[in-house]
Amino acid sequence: MSSVATAPKKGFDFKAFLANNGALVGLVILCLALFIATPRFLTGPNLLNIGIQVSTIAVMAFGMTFVIVAAGIDLSVGSVAALSAMGSSYAITTAGLPDGLSIPIGLAVGALCGWVTGAMSAYGKLPTFIASLAMLTVVRGLTLVISDGRPISTSSSVSWLGDDLGPIPMPIVILVVSGLLAAFVLNRTVIGKNAFAVGGNTEAARLSGIPVKRVLVTVFVISGVFAALSGMILAGRLDSAQPTLASGYELDAIAAVVIGGASLSGGVGRISGTLIGALVLAVIRNGLNLLSVSAFWQQVVIGAVIAIAVGFDVLRRKNVKH
Amino acid sequence: MGNDALLVLDKVCKSFGPVQVIDEVTVEVHAGKVSVLLGENGAGKSTLIKMIAGVHEPDAGRILMDGKAVKIPNTKASEALGIATIHQELNLVPSMTIAENITLGRVPRKFGIINRRAMRQIARDAMDKLGLKLDVDTPVGELGLAQQQLVEIAKALSLDARVLILDEPTAALTKSEIAHLFSVVNTLKAQGVGMVFISHHLDEIAEIGDFVNVLRDGKFIATVPADTEENELVRLMVGRDIDAQFPRVATEPGEQPLLSVKNLSDGMLKDISLEVRPGEVVALAGLMGAGRTELIRAIAGADKYSSGSVAVNGKKLASFDVAAATRAGIGHVPEDRKTQGLVLDASVAENIGYATMASTAKSGLVDRKGQKARAQQVAERLRIRMGSIDAPIRSLSGGNQQKAVFGRWFTAGAKVLLLDEPTRGVDVGAKVEIYELINEITASGGCVLMASSELPEVLGMSDRVLVMSQGRIAGELATEEATQDAIMSLAVSNVHREEEMGTK
Repeated sequence: MSSVATAPKKGFDFKAFLANNGALVGLVILCLALFIATPRFLTGPNLLNIGIQVSTIAVMAFGMTFVIVAAGIDLSVGSVAALSAMGSSYAITTAGLPDGLSIPIGLAVGALCGWVTGAMSAYGKLPTFIASLAMLTVVRGLTLVISDGRPISTSSSVSWLGDDLGPIPMPIVILVVSGLLAAFVLNRTVIGKNAFAVGGNTEAARLSGIPVKRVLVTVFVISGVFAALSGMILAGRLDSAQPTLASGYELDAIAAVVIGGASLSGGVGRISGTLIGALVLAVIRNGLNLLSVSAFWQQVVIGAVIAIAVGFDVLRRKNVKH
Repeated sequence: MGNDALLVLDKVCKSFGPVQVIDEVTVEVHAGKVSVLLGENGAGKSTLIKMIAGVHEPDAGRILMDGKAVKIPNTKASEALGIATIHQELNLVPSMTIAENITLGRVPRKFGIINRRAMRQIARDAMDKLGLKLDVDTPVGELGLAQQQLVEIAKALSLDARVLILDEPTAALTKSEIAHLFSVVNTLKAQGVGMVFISHHLDEIAEIGDFVNVLRDGKFIATVPADTEENELVRLMVGRDIDAQFPRVATEPGEQPLLSVKNLSDGMLKDISLEVRPGEVVALAGLMGAGRTELIRAIAGADKYSSGSVAVNGKKLASFDVAAATRAGIGHVPEDRKTQGLVLDASVAENIGYATMASTAKSGLVDRKGQKARAQQVAERLRIRMGSIDAPIRSLSGGNQQKAVFGRWFTAGAKVLLLDEPTRGVDVGAKVEIYELINEITASGGCVLMASSELPEVLGMSDRVLVMSQGRIAGELATEEATQDAIMSLAVSNVHREEEMGTK
């Protein structure tokens, strides 16, 4: 009721803006603090470095946003990223398929993995947590089987994903393009709006004629495709597909989505929020590196940040609903 | 009423932002008496209750307990004063036993270990006070809703509650369950417990209440004896006479059936055949558990059925396919709008638009402008009261939320409306508006199949009544010959274990 009452206020409602963009405010404060703390933060190379760092997690988290909005969770994205990168490299480098197929094959592998996870939970009635947890292990295992536990060098088109486009690194270009695409699909298409409805209230969506199962499968396919893209960026930067690539990244991706204001119970989430969430994580890591904080302590700080960010969000929601 | 009141809300006020929700309302609760709160949704009943329960504090005015001014800043304080609230959503842990639930949060301990014997004793004592004979080791989840409610009351009593607030306790109960609840209430009266009772059913008020406090738009209107004429109560509550509570305008039904169901069977449902012609309102009556909701859901494509067929305009529909039913012109207003009808986080416009989102989309893109315009149009037509079309649907009152579910099917151009308890938890004013919507549908050549537990609604709004019993259609009555007795005798026909049915 209070949100309705404050909405028609004239001019720019600063308080409402703060309340709705807590993560962005946090990010700005963080950047200001780092700017003051170290001169090395606000330099071109460092900012590009952050951009490259953030791109893999953010691209993965864009796909994750769809799943979380639909009230699911996808723990398999890190493994899917690895298998996609490995699969695309294997097909070209080892099996000798034409180079042009490399990226399509990678994306198809991601889509297929997502489809399997989605089908397991939609038609097999497994909770998404369990279905994707199973896939996390299975897919990582397949990656090791294909590669025999050794890195495979990437095709030239995947390597290109890790290069520069003029002065700008390709990962940042992909980040921007895929972010815009994800936001468009989430907010403007029937697929995206259906995800919100299913996550908000599955039964109400079903009784309105929304194909709930197909929606669930679709969001996992989207998550798989974005994970594959993320994996290929990572492989492109390294010029090789490592069997342990992106392991553990799923947790960062989930953290980015949640810091960005999405609700794990579904129905709420924004791509811009997810990007900010990913940036918060990347900037903190970067800042702590610049300030020479040990990698061990960094983990402590990041964990605390996740708890604080989500804690604020919970408080805010509680206030809105009085 | 003298000064012997147990609990008094003395000229309390409360506002949320600029909205004055409660304006100088005075309510008294007396020992051994039932004080009824009556008012439309949004009149301020729930805010008032929340003040007593310690959820909201009044901005002005006093709360007196035993004549002394008290503050109730939180629910703990309310509990300490001996006030207990039984909400519509029960506060029980389904997986725990009756005894564990009753002693939840204050488990008796011996040397730090749970004293199960003492725990059971506490629970048994509480159950005895209510005259309940249930095994206290039964998990609460295995009980029916009515029994769960009684367990919750028992829990309140074991906390030495002297003031008991019952928030629409009868909303989901059958006749026999209500009778049982009322006998418990009478037992509590005799024990000197003061009660506040909220209900939308005017007939219950005379039966159980002692006096009635009428609220309207947050203002105190009057306190009248509970045996006041129903029409007078409605007039006080709404502020005007409602000429016709049931404004059914019968339409000459068409020849060919619009909806036809043939030999539909599935576990619960047994060989159901029925036809509804254009312009008709057919009511489904019966006891709780007779299969009305199951039938409605099967027709709507929400649940599977094993044999039989559903056809609209002679065309058969695929089983278990909501989208196909929707395309054929079926609209389903489910039993519980909060859990089945609405996406509460989404806006009014989005909720109205779900059924048409895919069909109006162009190459996968949502027609945002069109969807919003259509929602706005239907919201105006149905007089949905809301902040704006973009306001979250949860900010609307129950009646307006229900109208939004109707609006979804109006927008989709539904011709066959399947209504499941269409006015549950809806206030008198909005009820009449919903009935007018039903008239509109039949006047424009649509038809309505309505499951309802409210007999006056069944008698007042339908053209024919189908009475269900144990998954079968036990009989059909023309509205003129349908009386409470005629319906009930069909509803319990071929029910051998009537009592068990009633409590399930």
